[in-house]
Amino acid sequence: MSRELLLRIWRGDASGGDLVDFVVPVEEGEVVLDAVHKTQALHAGDLAVRWNCKAGKCGSCSAEINGHPRLMCMTRLSSLPSGPVTITPLRTFPVIRDLVTDVSFNYEKARQVPAFSPRPEQPVAPFIMYQQDVERSQEFRKCIECWLCQDVCHVIRDHEENKPHYSGPRFFIRWAELDMHPNDGLDRKEALQDTQGLGYCNVTKCCTEVCPEGIKITDNAIIPMKERVVDAKYDPLVRFARRRLRRARGTASSATSQGPGHG
Amino acid sequence: MPEDSGGYESHHYDVVVIGAGGAGLRAAIAAHDAGARTALVCKSLLGKAHTVMAEGGIAAALGNLWPEDNWQVHFRDTMRGGKLLNNWRMAELHAKEAPQRVYELEQWGALFDRTPDGKISQRDFGGHRYARLAHVGDRTGLEMIRTLQQRAVALGIDVFMELTITDLLKDGARVAGAFGYWRESGRFVVFEAPAVVLATGGIGKSWRVTSNSWEYTGDGHALALRAGATLINMEFVQFHPTGMVWPPAVKGLLVTESVRGDGGVLLNSQGKRFMFDYIPEFFKAETADTVEEADAWYTDKRNNRRPPELLPRDEVARAINSEVKSGRGSPHGGVYLDIASRRSPEFIKRRLPSMYHQFMELAGVDITKEPMEIAPTCHYVMGGVEVDPDTQMSVVPGLFAAGEVAGGMHGANRLGGNSLSDLLVFGKRAGDHAASYVQALGHQRPQVDAQALSAASEVALAPFAGGHGSENPYGVHQDLQVVMQDLVGIIRTEHELKEALDKLSGLRARSGALAVEGNRQYNPGWHLALDLRNMLLVSESVARAALERQESRGGHTRDDYPMSDPYWGTQNVVVKLDGHDLRVERQPLPKPPPELAQLLEEGH
Repeated sequence: MSRELLLRIWRGDASGGDLVDFVVPVEEGEVVLDAVHKTQALHAGDLAVRWNCKAGKCGSCSAEINGHPRLMCMTRLSSLPSGPVTITPLRTFPVIRDLVTDVSFNYEKARQVPAFSPRPEQPVAPFIMYQQDVERSQEFRKCIECWLCQDVCHVIRDHEENKPHYSGPRFFIRWAELDMHPNDGLDRKEALQDTQGLGYCNVTKCCTEVCPEGIKITDNAIIPMKERVVDAKYDPLVRFARRRLRRARGTASSATSQGPGHG
Repeated sequence: MPEDSGGYESHHYDVVVIGAGGAGLRAAIAAHDAGARTALVCKSLLGKAHTVMAEGGIAAALGNLWPEDNWQVHFRDTMRGGKLLNNWRMAELHAKEAPQRVYELEQWGALFDRTPDGKISQRDFGGHRYARLAHVGDRTGLEMIRTLQQRAVALGIDVFMELTITDLLKDGARVAGAFGYWRESGRFVVFEAPAVVLATGGIGKSWRVTSNSWEYTGDGHALALRAGATLINMEFVQFHPTGMVWPPAVKGLLVTESVRGDGGVLLNSQGKRFMFDYIPEFFKAETADTVEEADAWYTDKRNNRRPPELLPRDEVARAINSEVKSGRGSPHGGVYLDIASRRSPEFIKRRLPSMYHQFMELAGVDITKEPMEIAPTCHYVMGGVEVDPDTQMSVVPGLFAAGEVAGGMHGANRLGGNSLSDLLVFGKRAGDHAASYVQALGHQRPQVDAQALSAASEVALAPFAGGHGSENPYGVHQDLQVVMQDLVGIIRTEHELKEALDKLSGLRARSGALAVEGNRQYNPGWHLALDLRNMLLVSESVARAALERQESRGGHTRDDYPMSDPYWGTQNVVVKLDGHDLRVERQPLPKPPPELAQLLEEGH
């Protein structure tokens, strides 16, 4: 069942590099990461690659496989067209070495997120929150931080100049997750628009397409957040009324009234 | 700003936490909150630690579904699951403090699945009398690590990502800091700190079939040994009953116990629910002995006993092993785990989304339509650094350990769900006590010895020295995995353990002749060569402890001593390093006070 596979792996560092060919034996059911590990064991012990769980749960082994951003551990070789398999590092981030890139951009953006802050009506856990109210945020908390959505996003993929004022799809769902948390008491909408660059996103849904967790990033997070920002920013009356309403209700389930259906 | 002296980047902290999984993050948060200058150091990027793979949930007697549940019942279940070899005080603290630690996660933004009345929902798991695991679908570990990670970031704790610690530094008997290298550049880093918390997780990467990631190389266990600390219970290694077996590329990958908690059953090649044949005397009173009673339990827990599929993991793993050996296994050497014929596709996809995804993507199996093929996989080490149960400090002043790297809490076998709660409870305790240890030192802070630094850098650079070797680290690692899998696996004998020790000494000799190519910049071959030093030391600790314990109990089964022995029920096996050699000793197990001992009796 074993066959020979030709891999073309980008090798190099910040100063430059090139595709290098390796031939490795592969077996039924194997994934791209298996082939990379075999390359390390047989041909190039110093081939740099990140990986951890090998089960699609940690989001470490992201790369571009035949030009498509994917997790190497979840890409079965049998799912790829026959012929050589080309593996290159994520293009949006600076290369450190081989398939390893400098993803510190994402960790900087993570530091800018205002943390969860319970509403004064229910300040101390355990909180009463209902399943239907936590579900929307739970979708976004499935994110494994593989950075594939960041990699594929047009706003920063070939536009280094946008990085300082644009946080990208992964962080839009993080901000959305907090905004939709039934017991969060902060209003982050203006900051999301003004400091994180939500307005730059032109909803091409590339991020949703590459998400290995199947999170509907554009439809369920970005578009609703854009709507909420518009409401909050340009309709002061609605904004005032909503605030009053929320205060008056003072229960956890009132957060459902902020849903996209009401946007 | 880091100083740069003598070629090393140098940092000064009060507390350095090594490892950023659940225990390390919780320890760092606690130490920071207690006012200590705290550094968190991890081998991978932040948020990628092994905790992320935990699926089932966090065991805590919240009593949200069963008001009868309380810390006493949780304590009892934990001790009985551990075959009474647990450190009773750790089991007590764990059961008492787990609920508060879970609520703390909610306070920091975690979103657990809910009960109909809006509380944290709880799920059934093996060995727990009541539905007790707070969870988020089957991705609880991800929720936990993300919550802790986001809290640590919000607090502004200093994190050193992709930095491997290779040695601890001492001043006399006390810890003085840690030495390591940046994985990205290979550059050496010195942490001067009077307190170090080990939170490095487990050792499973020394076995061929394992659910563990590359990081699980026993670093903390080995660092502790080399610093003069002791390990206990190293013979107890948990083989999780349900790992994937097909295709070969995913062999060992975990299939969560929640599949059984949510109604899945184990079948042999004849279609028989064989677990009814493997109910041990110890658990007879609380286990259903007919299919009717077992199935009725899922809807009426008050009037029925638990299905035998939910016995503790060691019992289920041994049963599967025995079915396969008796020729009743599946085509790829496992047995069947069937939920497709027992629950609706909607139920399965809602309760077990990542299992559905994992089998569909990696094996082409639709678990809502057909059974899974599974077999035991190396999952967890019960053994670890011997610590004070209240403070988590080892016998070395200033050296603390929490989570999987610490020993005692789980005795001979860990219950599912008790790991995540362990990380939280003892991570917090370790962080708190590390901070107060440093505060108590005042100005009597230990000093780092310059000679120790040059010795540590020499060891780290040895694989580049060339000339004296040509061993490939990947090859030595593969051979180590074969030795541990074949000779120190689920079922052990004196003969095989001795053979393993022989082979390990051969591998140790080969590891002295490792040679790596390339330079120090992000070089996995070099990283593996350094990790191998730890793997070999820890593997030998397991084999020696397993040879010493002449009985079968929990995660240690001896074919030549198939029964539990009351004498061994009172003994811990202790491993320590004496010069370059490991030494094994016996040590009496602390006895619980009468009021706790009483809880352990039958009928409670």
